[in-house]
Amino acid sequence: MFKSVEELVRTATERGIPISEVMIEQEVHVRRSTREEVVGMMERNLEVMEEAVARALEGVTSVTGLTGNDAVLMTDYIRSGKSLAGDLILDAVAKAIGTNEVNAAMGRICATPTAGSAGVVPGTLFAVKERLEMDRDAMVRYLFTSGAFGFVVANNASISGAAGGCQAEVGSATGMAAAAIVEAAGGTPEQSATAFAIALKNMLGLVCDPVAGLVEVPCVKRNAMGGANAIVAADMALAGITSRIPCDEVISAMHEIGQMMPTALKETARGGLANTPTARRLERNIFGEKENVQK
Amino acid sequence: MKYRSVFDIIGPVMVGPSSSHTAGAARIGLMAGKLFGRTPRLAHITFYGSFADTYRGHGTDVAIVGGIMGFDTFDLRIPQALDIAKQRGIEVVFETSDALTDHPNTARVHLEDEDGTFEIVGISIGGGTIEITELNGFPLKLSGGGPALVVLHHDRFGAIAAVTGILARHELNIGHMEVSRHEKGKQALMAIEIDEHLSKDVLAEIERLPQIERVAIFGE
Repeated sequence: MFKSVEELVRTATERGIPISEVMIEQEVHVRRSTREEVVGMMERNLEVMEEAVARALEGVTSVTGLTGNDAVLMTDYIRSGKSLAGDLILDAVAKAIGTNEVNAAMGRICATPTAGSAGVVPGTLFAVKERLEMDRDAMVRYLFTSGAFGFVVANNASISGAAGGCQAEVGSATGMAAAAIVEAAGGTPEQSATAFAIALKNMLGLVCDPVAGLVEVPCVKRNAMGGANAIVAADMALAGITSRIPCDEVISAMHEIGQMMPTALKETARGGLANTPTARRLERNIFGEKENVQK
Repeated sequence: MKYRSVFDIIGPVMVGPSSSHTAGAARIGLMAGKLFGRTPRLAHITFYGSFADTYRGHGTDVAIVGGIMGFDTFDLRIPQALDIAKQRGIEVVFETSDALTDHPNTARVHLEDEDGTFEIVGISIGGGTIEITELNGFPLKLSGGGPALVVLHHDRFGAIAAVTGILARHELNIGHMEVSRHEKGKQALMAIEIDEHLSKDVLAEIERLPQIERVAIFGE
């Protein structure tokens, strides 16, 4: 099994195959399975992602009412033709938001790499697929490439907000998406690693401070910005811009920052946005006075 | 390596909102329910760390109870699990503890009925992946280097040989193995890490052995 991004990139480059193929081969080996079965499993995950976005675009609201219907607002805004950032980026934003709105409503999603960060990878995929003329096979590959980078992060750092803050979740997801966009656009494995590094560098230090401990505020909007960040990072790498700090070292830095981060900012709802007066008021409205008030 | 599969990263398919606090909790519950092997009369669940602080908002409570009843991470009945448990006659008690644990997402699940009790401690390490650190008071030290077979059995001669014999016949190599017991002749535990994927047939074969109480597999 590959242990670092360097090893992953070297394997792909030396053998002249995409990163997605390295991931597929490893999975077939670990599972003692067939290629068809492994690809089929990923196709089913892709279908879950499509269903989640479709549901979000019909409008969905969470049980608490804290989040919902922003994917619809953004989609309508894109249709108005007045957008500034560009339709492709905003499409990713809308679909990342949508996936996380469904997640917040306890709907069914596919974790990528976690549920709280489940919007970034599918949101960007569905936004770039037409521009990059991706068929079903390319879409499935996108998920394997994302997974390959997430695999290294999970084993060398963390993908848990409770252990490493939001940088470990939306940060990792953003890097994963950036790397996958590069491969889908015809970039090299090295450029995928660069895109990952650029994306994660700009998410370092991001804390996990969910209001009332719910995966809603600010998670949904962090997925939106993760999607935008991923596309820009991919474009930077494809333009030939490189990262002075190698990808694996960025991942190590993320891990170190996560360990230094105070517990109050790691999914405990004790600090940051979760500890603002408005957040505390929302929390009391949702749960009543009894719990979590003295913290 | 803690994560072995791309589907630990792109997956699981699950009911929201949190892979560690919802899907991971469901999997801890599933493991407890499967090893208990029947519908409990009482489920006493203790949450530590981040689980204790945020369990209601993340649906950790409904997910772990759903898991105990056999609901997988993607089961759309999870949000209603507490009502369903009541209908099935399961008394559910939640407790939060500020005791320090090695991992922030830790849960202790205690199940009982008139025939016995069962307890596991699980940690949810991110993305829905879990580890079981304690089982009926037996500490589990699995490296996570491969799938692990956990076997609860009667402490009697031949039990270990019978299980490892089946593994040998299926050409499955053991990477690491631990055996422990509380008292001579009572319940004992085997934790066996295997290098290869373990099929359901092998699991069923082990489960049919006379000395064996329960079998479960981790890290698949």
